[in-house]
Parts: sequence; structure tokens; C-alpha cells
Amino acid sequence: MTTAPVARLTWRTAPRRLIPANGKARVGLAIIAVYVLVAAVGPWIVQSLMGLSPTELTGAVLQPPSGEHPLGTTQDGTDVLAQLVVGTRTSLLVGVVAAAVSTVLSVAVGLIGGYYGGLADSVLGALTNVFLVLPGLPLVIILAGYLRGRGGPFAVALVIGLTGWAWGARSKRVQTLSLRNRDFVVGARLLGESNLRIMLVEVLPNLLPVISATLMLSLVTSILAVSGLDFLGIGDINTVSWGTMLYFAQQRQAMVSGAWWWFVPPGIAITVLGAAAGLVNFGIDELTNPRLRGARRKGAR
Amino acid sequence: MNLLLDVKDLSVDYGTEAEPLPAVSQVSLELRRGEILGIAGESGSGKTTLINALLRLLRPPAVVRSGSATLHPRSGEPVDLLHADARQLRRTRWEHTAVVFQSAMNALNPVARIGAQFTDVLRAHRRVPRSQARERAAHMLELVGIPAARLDSYPHELSGGMRQRATIALALVCDPDLLVMDEPTTAVDVVMQRQILRQVIRLQRELGFAVVFITHDLSLLLEIADRIAVMYGGRIVESGPAGDLYRDPRHPYTRGLRDSFPPLRGPMRRLHGIPGNPPDLRGLPPGCPFEPRCPHATPECAATVPALAEHGTDRVVACIHADDLGGRG
Amino acid sequence: MTDEPAPVLEAVDVTVHYPVHRARGEVVHALENASLRLRPGRTVALVGESGSGKSTFARTLALAQEPTGGSVLLNGEPATARGRRARRAYARRVQMVLQDPFGSLNPLHRVRYLLERPLRLHGSVTGREDLEQRLRALLERVRLTPPERFLDAFPHQLSGGQRQRVAIARALAVRPDVLLGDELVSMLDVSIRLEILNLLAALRDEEHLAMLYITHDIAGARYFADEIAVMYAGEIVEYGTAEDVTQSPAHPYTRLLLDSTPDPDRMEFLAGRTHRDEDAPDVTEDDYGEPPDLVHPPSGCRFHPRCPLARASCRTDPPPHVQVTDRHWARCVLLTEPDDTSRDTTPAELTP
Repeated sequence: MTTAPVARLTWRTAPRRLIPANGKARVGLAIIAVYVLVAAVGPWIVQSLMGLSPTELTGAVLQPPSGEHPLGTTQDGTDVLAQLVVGTRTSLLVGVVAAAVSTVLSVAVGLIGGYYGGLADSVLGALTNVFLVLPGLPLVIILAGYLRGRGGPFAVALVIGLTGWAWGARSKRVQTLSLRNRDFVVGARLLGESNLRIMLVEVLPNLLPVISATLMLSLVTSILAVSGLDFLGIGDINTVSWGTMLYFAQQRQAMVSGAWWWFVPPGIAITVLGAAAGLVNFGIDELTNPRLRGARRKGAR
Repeated sequence: MNLLLDVKDLSVDYGTEAEPLPAVSQVSLELRRGEILGIAGESGSGKTTLINALLRLLRPPAVVRSGSATLHPRSGEPVDLLHADARQLRRTRWEHTAVVFQSAMNALNPVARIGAQFTDVLRAHRRVPRSQARERAAHMLELVGIPAARLDSYPHELSGGMRQRATIALALVCDPDLLVMDEPTTAVDVVMQRQILRQVIRLQRELGFAVVFITHDLSLLLEIADRIAVMYGGRIVESGPAGDLYRDPRHPYTRGLRDSFPPLRGPMRRLHGIPGNPPDLRGLPPGCPFEPRCPHATPECAATVPALAEHGTDRVVACIHADDLGGRG
Repeated sequence: MTDEPAPVLEAVDVTVHYPVHRARGEVVHALENASLRLRPGRTVALVGESGSGKSTFARTLALAQEPTGGSVLLNGEPATARGRRARRAYARRVQMVLQDPFGSLNPLHRVRYLLERPLRLHGSVTGREDLEQRLRALLERVRLTPPERFLDAFPHQLSGGQRQRVAIARALAVRPDVLLGDELVSMLDVSIRLEILNLLAALRDEEHLAMLYITHDIAGARYFADEIAVMYAGEIVEYGTAEDVTQSPAHPYTRLLLDSTPDPDRMEFLAGRTHRDEDAPDVTEDDYGEPPDLVHPPSGCRFHPRCPLARASCRTDPPPHVQVTDRHWARCVLLTEPDDTSRDTTPAELTP
């Protein structure tokens, strides 16, 4: 083989290297980037620059979109666009926290159980099965209802993460089982590496494709779950999020009034984000497999 | 007409339009009826790509760039292997050409009985009543030393060796003119390998089909092949009768390959194999593909690709120094 | 026997039985009473078909597998790999190189990392400079030069032969006393196998390594090893110098292996088929059978179902250990007889 070694990932080369060549993934990433941008600077733009507030009760009640209120106003006279933008930040954050908690737990359980086998695996497997069987949504509703606003949206995120890890744990365990007997893991043990190091440095990086696949999925389901809870009025109704927008829209009979500008935007926001996550999944392999990183040619995929 | 397979100047590229990799370059060969041709080559030689091209098993991004391949079956019209349409292909496959792949013993459907697999194949190609198909299946199994009672067994009920033999029998069930074997013994032990080769020779004597046998093991080909073609970097570098080629290789690669097998008997001496690495299709030199590793290379070797030229009776070599090396055994 | 160095690694009557899942009390008799001595500067080859137990034996010697019976001795002391410290200490003395050059290196790590690990774990590295120097020295020893080209490469950018060299370098980095090679050239192109074997021979001589070379290729074993142990169905059936075992095989299975190995020098070559017709007898001689099921191995001599010379006693009595010469022994009852034909030292064609 005469190929030159792949250049190291530095700050300069990283952006070019990490953006997948896959068209679908690029679109997905772009969409998510927009969301992140909106979540990051949107509230500031909307509130400071445009002077709109998500909570101020103006007199303009149930106004359709106009120059002053680009997405109209709600029954209370609050600006929908402001709510949407601020809500983006809340929803994304909560979704990310929930997905992170869920992923960390599923990786820990799957990796440890799959690697050690024996008693550890049996115990962790039993734990996984218990959580799999527990009815997720009712449990979340009960827990969230019990919290009733205490701890804010992050408590809800934690609850969702704690109840949603079991499914991912299975796929990570299976992948670990298959990796564990691969020659390079056996080789690392023969070198005298410690188990912890092997798990973290040899096995875990090879789990990244599986992790990222379920990460995207759990991100989406977390956001959906949070939005769902908020919609049911069980989340913290004092925070502004897509779900609470939908809750209030429903409570105030927005559909009957024909105030589409109130519930359609949050609905679209949720849907499009979900679609974007799915698109990104197509290209996630490139990020984690160095073999695919160099291929920039047209049609190389 | 004695010529069964006629391949002329076949070239297969692998990869994109912008940077095609020449997996097979200008390969020509002739196979006579009933002949056993061995194709020897290592990684990057193109032997498997060549066979896949002839069997129309190539998948994108591999594509035939040029050349022709014609099959002259015993019965029926000559077939243009590279351009036959779906209907012709279906008629040719298994009737005139059959294949045995590397993990042949795993090629059997695990959830179907052996007999059923044979009758399925037969009835897909011929209109025969089930009973007749079964008889033929039993006959084929017996030819490879498997008792007819096993027709109703599942593959996992047979031993590994029996499965291997059953696959070979399955390949021969429609009495093809050509049997292609792609590294059929590579994953198998040396004892079973011997058995399989003897089996194939016996069947070949009985049924008269021609064989193209692909392997990286040159010494193996001596047990089975009439003629050997040696491939390197996508080209045929030498071709001739098996014994002659082994005794007196004219191409440096053939010689190096032959000398890479430690002798089992006779005096022991230090051997060296061939230094360097297998060819990288991305960086093939403009001249002879073997030049980077060749102990006899001269500057002209790197400049132009040597053509296959005749050297003595029934031998072709693609090396401009072949004459100097000849006779040095 | 007198002037030989003391064995570094020794297996004494090692037995390995794997439990079979879902079956009650059944075990796979993978290895049975196998003994072996590895001495510094010498290579012992383990030759056999798959299922013969050779890989199990290697893993047991590497302590990756716990023996069911018998023991493994390192420098005369029983060796154990229980616990991280013991495992690491053992890894410092005994290293193994595996068969698959495409699987034995983690595809996500660069060569630099792969070679750094053993150095850091066992080599008391004294800083960045020292590490760099050692890395380059390692690559040079396995003839991967210039080292810079390879240090930052990923495994998939290297050819099979280059990967094996990296694997060998990694094993050597700890400066072991014993190197176990499990079919380490079997997946490489034929033309580069010899280079790797020659390299290993040179390294063995330089470092006085005790080497174990596992292979199914008896011709390669003759070339590379000093002594050969032939394994069948979990047992060592013959042991001797490479020359003795390949030129004067005592056990019928060894003869079967030798006969089945393609040997162009022996054949009468010829172009044309007429001669080959005479060569391959018409009889159904291809029933040399297959290696036995190790859950229920054959009674008496495990080879008896396939042995053309078997007699009634072979089915009931385990074969005796017979010294053919002082350095060559085999387990076969035929060797105890004064009958000359069974002692025939020329490899006989086995007739059914």
C-alpha cells in the first residue's frame, strides 16, 4: 500500500473532515445547525433586537401574522414567534439532557455486561429487562406529575433519561459481545492491559456507530416525550416550550378559533427536527470510521 | 470445435470515472473442451475479478471496459458472456457454466433438504418430472461418494467434507461444459483438499467438462491442472503447460512464486520469497506491474508494459528478459 | 538432551475440556494430556488440521485459557494470570501473535498508539524522546522503514504483510522470552510468507526467543521449526526434530498429512492427462474421513476410524508412547512391533 497516512485531525482540518459527504446527512446537519443557532442566539435576537416577548401580555389578542407579530399572537396576546424561539432553546436543552442521561446509562450497562459476562451480565441483564418491561409512558407521567414543576424542565429530562435507557442497552451489549472476542481485544488482554482500559479505549470507540445511531433516536424521542408531557400539562407549564405552546393552544381552543399560527409552528418545529435527526443518521458512519474519512470523491459512498 | 472459452483483451475497471483502478488489463485466454486451466495469483492479481466478469457477477463500481468473452457450448449457439441478455444468461448459467466458491460448504440452503436443492435446480432448467429429477440427484450424489439415502438429509446433518462434495455435485447436475472453481480449497484442511481435488479429477474424467481453477497456491495446480496461467497486477504474465511451467518458469514472478513453497522433501535451503508488497492498483507503474519487486528489472521494464510473447512451444511470457532467464530452471 | 538450555515455558499434561451449552455434563475434549517444552532460541511447530487442538493449546500457553488439568510452568514455576498484576507480569514474558492481520489490530488506532501501549505498560519509558526513539527502533527491527511513514498510519492503510509486522513489533516491544505464533502467515500472500518467517527466525536468534509456531502447513513447519509436534483430535501423536518427523514419519496420521500436502518434486510431471490417469486410482480412496467429534471422541486411539493400518486393539486400548529414537517419539501400537513394514521410514502411499 502506498497511500500516505491520513492527516491528523487538527482544528484546521477537522471541519472539512468531519462533514460527511453524504447529501442527506449534510441536509440533516444543516437543519440541526439552524435549530442550534436559533436556540443559541434566537432568544436574544427576538427579545432584544425585535423587542418581542414570549410572556408579555399585550393587548393584541389572537392576531394572525402581521408585521408587528410575524407569527401572530396567542389568546393572551403573547407573541408566538418569541415563544417559538425561546421554546426552541428549552426543548432542545431538555431533549439533549434526556438523551445524554439515557445514552450514558445504556452504554454503561451494555458495555459492562457484555464485556464481563457471567454474573455481572446476568445481573445487568435482569435490570435491563425490568426496565424494558416497565411501562414507560405511564411511569414518566406519574413521576413527572409527582414532581409537578419542581426541578423545572431538567427534572423531567432526568426522568425521561432514567426510564428510556433499557432499549439501547441491549444493542450495545450485543455489539460488545461481538467485539469482545475480536482478535484486537484478545490482543490487548494479552498485552496486559487492564479491563477498564480495554473497555474504554478498545471497545468503546468501536461502539460509536451503535451509540450514535441510538443517540439520534433517543434525542428525537426525548424531545417528543418532553413535548408530549408538556402538551398533557404534566410538565412545567411555567416554562415556554413547544409542548406548552401546544398545551395552551389546545386549552384555549386555538383550533376552533382557527388560530393556526399558534399550533402549527411548534408542530412543524418538532417534526422537522425529527426528520433532520433521521437524515443525519445516514452519514454518521463516516464520523466514526476512519476508513471512510478520506473518501471525498463523487460517488465514493 | 475444440475451443470452449475464448477471451480476448478483457479489461475490467474498478472505481469511479475519475480514477479507475485497472483490476484486470487486457487478459486473453483460450480454454479447450475438457481442459483444466489453473489460474494462479495473489492479492491484486485480478483473478477473482476476471472470473466475476466472465460469470457476470460484477457489481458496481466494477465495470468491463473492453474486450470480449465467448463461450462455445456443446449444444446451442455461441454465447457472448459479457453482453448476453437476461434470458440467454439464465439459459447459460448452470446449463453450460457452473461455479463453486470458496466457502462452498456453506452455499447449501440450511433449511432445505439436499434432494430438494438438487431437484429445484434441475427443474428450473429442464422440464423433467420430479421422480426423474430425484433419480438424477441420487446419481450425482453417488458420483461424489454420498449414499443416495442422504437425499433427505439437511445440510447440517452431513459432515463438512460431504457438504463440500455435495456442492460440487450440485454444480454438475445439469452437465455443464465449464466448471469454475474459485479457491474452493482455501478454507479447507490439506487432507480434505486432497480428497476434493481427486474427486474433481475423477468427475472430470467421467463427465468431460472443462475446469477453470483459481487459487493462490501454485503447487496445488500441479496436482490438477493441464495448463496454468499466472496473473499479477491484473495481467497474465505467463501461461503454459503445468509441468513445463513449474519446471522451467520464464517469468521472474512465476519463478519467485514457485520458490516460495518450502520443499517437503529433499535438501533444505534458505528461501526468500519475493520482497516487497503486493501491487497496489492505485499506484501501478506505467510499465511492467512486477517491476518494483523484480530482481532482474531494467529501466525499460518500467517504461512499457511487456506484451505476451511466445517462448518455445506452447508458452507465452510477458517479460522482455524472458529469454535470458530461460533454462535456468 | 544434555547440552540443551532449560525450557522457558513448559506445558505439563495439559488438558482442556470445554463445557457444551445446553447439554448436560457433556464436554468438548479439546486438549488431552499435552506436554511441551519451549527452549530459548528454538522453535517448536504445532502441526495439525483445524479441530486438532493446536489453537486451544496456544491459548492455554498464553494463559488466555484456563486448563482443566495439568499445568503451565514459566521458568519452572507454575504460572497464573489471575488478577491484573499477574496477567501483566505474564504478558511481559509471554507474547502471542495471531493469525488474522486484518483483525488483530484495532482499526481505530494508529500504529503509533498500537506500539506505544506495550512500551508504556512494560517498558518504563522515560519521556517523549525516549518513546519516539523506541518506536522507530521497533519499526526498524521488523523492517518497516522509513518508520515515519508507518507511525501515523491506520491499519487499513497497510498491506497484510505490513500489518503482521506491526503485530510482531508490538509483541516484541515488551521484550518477551516466549513468542507464540498462531498461524501467523496463513492469511498472507504466499510470496511474502517467507520474508516474514525469515524475519522471525532472525529475531528469534537475536533475542534468544523461545518460539511456538502453529500451522497446518507441514512443509512450512519443516522450513521454519527445529522440532515438530503433530496434533490430532486434541492429542500430540508424534514429536521429533523437523527432519525426523517429515522425512521419517512414524505415526500413520503424520504420513497422511505428508501425502496430502502437494509436493511437486515428488510428482512426475507431465503435461497431458494420460499420466495423471495412472496417478489417481479409480477406487473410492477419498474416504480418509474427517476429524472426529470431540464431544464423543473415538475410544482407544482417536485416529483408529481413519487409520488404514488399524487393528482391533486400536479401538479399545489407548496407544502407547513409543520412543523411535532418543529425540523422536509417537503414540502408535504398530511401533512396538518388530514388524519392519510398520517401521518403514519412507512415506508410504496409504492404500485403503
